[in-house]
Amino acid sequence: MLDQTSPLRPKSGAHDDERVIKLAVLAVGGQGGGVLADWITDVAERNGYIAQSTSVAGVAQRTGATIYYIEMARDTGRLPVFALSPSQGDVDILIAAELMEAGRAIIRGFVTPERTTLITSSHRIAAVSEKIEPGDGRASSEKVHATAQAASKRFIAFDMEKIAAENGTMISASLLGALAGADALPFTRESYEQAIGAGGRGVKASLAAFGAACDRARGVVAAPAGEKAAEPADASPKPTAKVSGPETLLKGWQELAGRVAALPESPRDMAERGLKKVVDYQDIAYGREYLDRLDRAVALDDAARGYALSIAAAKHLANAMCYDDMIRVADLKTRSTRNKRVRKEVGVKDGSVLQVTEYFHPRIEEFCGTLPAGLGSYIESRPKLAAFLDRRINRGRHIRTDSFSGFAMLWFIGGLRRWRRRLLRHRIEVEHLERWYELALAHARDNYTLATEILNCRRLIKGYSDTHARAQSKFDRVLSALAMLKGREDAADWIRRLREAALKDEKGDMLDGALKTVATLGG
Amino acid sequence: MAERSFAKEVEKLRLGAGEEFAGEGILAITKALLQCGVGYVGGYQGAPISHLMDVLADAQDILGELGVHFEASASEATATAMLAASVHYPIRGAATFKSTVGTNVASDALANLASGGVTGGALIIVGEDYGEGSSIMQERSHAFAMKSQVWLLDPRPNLPSIVKAVEDGFELSEVSNTPVMLQVRIRCCHVHGHFIAKDNKRPPMSVADALSAPRRDTGRIVLPPASFLHEKEKVAKRWPAAVDFIKSRKINELFGPDHGSVGIVMQGGMYNSVIRALQRLGLADTYGDTDVPVYVLNAVYPLVDDEFLSFCEGKQAVLVVEEGQPNYIEQAFAAMLHKAGRGTKLVGKEHLPMAGEYTGQVMLDGIGSFLHANAPHLLPGEVRAPNKLGEGVDTADLINVVPGRPPGFCIGCPERPIFAATKLVEQELGKHHIASDIGCHLFSIMPPFELGATTMGYGLGPASASAFNSPDAKRRSISFVGDGGFWHNGLTSSIGNAVFNKNDGVIVIVDNFYSAATGGQDILSSRASNRTKSTKHPIDEAVKGMGVKWLRHIDRTYDVGKMRAALRDALTTEEKGPKVIVASSECMLNRQRREKPLVDKAIKGGERVVKPKFGVDEDICTGDHACMRLSGCPSLSVKSLDDPLRDDPVAAIDQNCVGCGNCGEVADAAVLCPSFYRADVVHNPGRWDRFLESARRAVIGLLQRRRESRRLMFADA
Repeated sequence: MLDQTSPLRPKSGAHDDERVIKLAVLAVGGQGGGVLADWITDVAERNGYIAQSTSVAGVAQRTGATIYYIEMARDTGRLPVFALSPSQGDVDILIAAELMEAGRAIIRGFVTPERTTLITSSHRIAAVSEKIEPGDGRASSEKVHATAQAASKRFIAFDMEKIAAENGTMISASLLGALAGADALPFTRESYEQAIGAGGRGVKASLAAFGAACDRARGVVAAPAGEKAAEPADASPKPTAKVSGPETLLKGWQELAGRVAALPESPRDMAERGLKKVVDYQDIAYGREYLDRLDRAVALDDAARGYALSIAAAKHLANAMCYDDMIRVADLKTRSTRNKRVRKEVGVKDGSVLQVTEYFHPRIEEFCGTLPAGLGSYIESRPKLAAFLDRRINRGRHIRTDSFSGFAMLWFIGGLRRWRRRLLRHRIEVEHLERWYELALAHARDNYTLATEILNCRRLIKGYSDTHARAQSKFDRVLSALAMLKGREDAADWIRRLREAALKDEKGDMLDGALKTVATLGG
Repeated sequence: MAERSFAKEVEKLRLGAGEEFAGEGILAITKALLQCGVGYVGGYQGAPISHLMDVLADAQDILGELGVHFEASASEATATAMLAASVHYPIRGAATFKSTVGTNVASDALANLASGGVTGGALIIVGEDYGEGSSIMQERSHAFAMKSQVWLLDPRPNLPSIVKAVEDGFELSEVSNTPVMLQVRIRCCHVHGHFIAKDNKRPPMSVADALSAPRRDTGRIVLPPASFLHEKEKVAKRWPAAVDFIKSRKINELFGPDHGSVGIVMQGGMYNSVIRALQRLGLADTYGDTDVPVYVLNAVYPLVDDEFLSFCEGKQAVLVVEEGQPNYIEQAFAAMLHKAGRGTKLVGKEHLPMAGEYTGQVMLDGIGSFLHANAPHLLPGEVRAPNKLGEGVDTADLINVVPGRPPGFCIGCPERPIFAATKLVEQELGKHHIASDIGCHLFSIMPPFELGATTMGYGLGPASASAFNSPDAKRRSISFVGDGGFWHNGLTSSIGNAVFNKNDGVIVIVDNFYSAATGGQDILSSRASNRTKSTKHPIDEAVKGMGVKWLRHIDRTYDVGKMRAALRDALTTEEKGPKVIVASSECMLNRQRREKPLVDKAIKGGERVVKPKFGVDEDICTGDHACMRLSGCPSLSVKSLDDPLRDDPVAAIDQNCVGCGNCGEVADAAVLCPSFYRADVVHNPGRWDRFLESARRAVIGLLQRRRESRRLMFADA
């Protein structure tokens, strides 16, 4: 391959004036890349340039990655010969309408440090492959940011999708604004605005988004606080949550909060969040149980290890104790705060009426779980009876929680909270929790990190019905390796690896592969 | 109605002599047809020529004024057969389709048309879908031109050149009595440019004139003995006439100096990329003035022997730039040089790759390598021995980070629930052999569905499962065909074949009311009224007419439970013969385009409108993403929660959700989780709505306050 970066001089006699400017747009189908390309072509022509744009339309546009390409040169009275697609190392301006598309542009060689101005929206649109992992399959934005910085001559990145949404328009408008603000083309801001105006549809919103993005790219407007988008929210301690309620309960809460305050500093934040979660889930007494359990881990822990065991316990005990049963779902769906959140998310304006439909599909398992433990297990131990009942229960139910009857039904189920401790599901969950927690703590003295990893395996348990059953099975399969790993120094590492494998696919095929590897390790 | 309205573009078709046309390449071709006095046009939609069809469909008035007949053909074979109107009558006709998929379908008609030859100019505009972004198999149209002996034009990719090629094409066809193919590549079709228009011309003879004065000539009909004479005529008369025309009219172009030790020959469509490589090598300026002699083949078949040989005169080496394989042109030139006893070295695929698209980098490398080897003195010093300017950035890491992003189902697509149901039925009954077809529904082969083993051609899904019909089989095959493919030829090749051969498989006809993948054109079963076409012919009736006994109709594909039940029945019923399920729901892209402006207007106008949208309760979602493994909807994605207690991102639905219902139905049918809710916003509610709402809110508020006053409330919970 010829060196991409060689200057490849223009033929003798060529003026700087006659230089061809090359601009590529990488977008996801449906983002309005075609509109952007039309605007840019129009701006160029308004400024006495000859411009040519091309694209590959068609099926590729259906939500896939697409490229639009524009070349332009000052009109000297002669027609330039333009290329129809971008070449590696030969692009002056690259606009990416999504962060990973910027990454793709770099991989494809369209971004070079000597010459390319890279303008990208920093927001993410997750690809299907990122979404379907049972764990967190999302690509690392940091890596793209870092490479983009080094790979480009100028790098302009901010959330242009947000600016578009705030102004009620498509990202094409804010991308054009960023291009204008970057001053990468020899055209005035006014000529861009004229091009938008000539488009004729949604001009006001487009101009607003264009202006905001243009100012932002020029640095006239600083990034709004908290937009350092890429980084996940850190666990910096928050001010203690505001709590309200009846006197007696508040007193109970104060007592529990006092116990949390007495904990070592490292696990304190997690413990407070956990405590809040379990009290909100059940009651003050449940919070006490939580702290009692947590104290056992803290007692085994020490500062030299950073309290990793206690932090893991604080987190996963809370999640385990707040198992997802029908009562919890019904309770959450009937709260006034939930109603407010839905109205906000959907954007219900004053004067409009909101109707909310919930999708439930209870099975005999959920039904029995919500019965007193004795009755529930009586039914479960009689397959014929269970099947008979299941035929009556097991079907989809669409419940309107804005109606009297629908709301009342869920409100009633949510009210079963009081009796939760006596129900079958609770008994099953407590047994499971105790077994897991004892197992972890039993390892704490001779293999601290292994104990922590066993606690972390709780992450695997999630989902409802079949998904939940599969998750349980993955959890069991991961912990089944403990016997094979007995006495190994690197047991904790292996458990972590197994857990990560379990989060990669639905059925746990990766996990089974990893388990086979563990089996070959030998004792 | 197509997914785009071309009302604005249609006006460009009215431009008169001297006015400047600005727009897409494919529209320039459309305008050129009218300038050439075309009498009739037909075609089958598909990228990149869909816009030609769509614009003409929207331009009925202009066509009417000019007396031009336009037809949206049933298939490419139909479109090509339509050119039979130019066999006996001096009427110019044009057909257009996507190549090589369409050319394959058209081959039967093309061979017959080419044998008898034509009197009026017959132009076949093939939209070449080759290279990056292509959705079809990678083959060459060139082979079709060679086997049927029709001429192939491949003009330089700019508007004036392709407009001229249309004009030349008709003339060439008439002087040589041979149909002419005009090949335009996908980026050329979508290139934005300008040309100076001419007046539109009424066809000197219209199809109406022809009908009132019918003609026939047995000598033009493909039946012995005439057909034997046709073959001789092709080589003795038509070929020399074509070569003469190409030569005398200077269809092929020469650029650069008259003499030089090396030269480059290329297909016209490659011209811009070759010049760009020469520009980057310092051997051409912005306007294409080059230091290397180049010979541009705007006509790639037939080739003109003496023109080529005279280009080679005095040259030590000539490079042939020919995209695709086999390298027919290079082979033909090599034979010419050999037979003429010339010493010029001919190279091509030694420097350029045998297969694949000739991108900018490929061209720069190939031409650079050719010049290094054969004319290093031409190259500037910095190209011959470049100073390495840094290593560039290492992207190896990034390759593992950036996810692939293949095309997939749109937001709210009605085909998504069909495949969700298929995946669910396979969870019950096990894996099945699944045959796919051409169309949007082929996205089923990608994650998250990963359903479908083969695709054998348009309308051939069920045909491609026809071997899987055995009395010993424990499972049935499932095959898919879209409504587009069904009417294209699926009705006979797939359904008729299955009935006749007593195939026991399951056939799902995906009916989304349009030929959706090609841009939403109307077809026989479209539900819309169409001024110039006859629509609303139910697929069910056609299937029954073919003799299918087991037929189910799903009129709302979003009902995943019902869809799954129909599939389960079809796979398990005792009944023999094909089991056909017609799954109907309107393409969401087209539906939104149609309904959204109406809904917005109604809301503004104060009418009562209910607008649905889906949402996820993030505290109920556990982040297992099971819903996404049954969806892949762009609107349903993952988001991080600002909560250290939660490790995995939860599901979230963005503002683009159209409320199709798939999320809720899948959660129900697959028994996933209760996190989804549907929020229906009633805009401009009536008095009854408002009364009910306030009454409900009063009672619900009471219950909520009662419970919430007795528990601890956390401000951010």
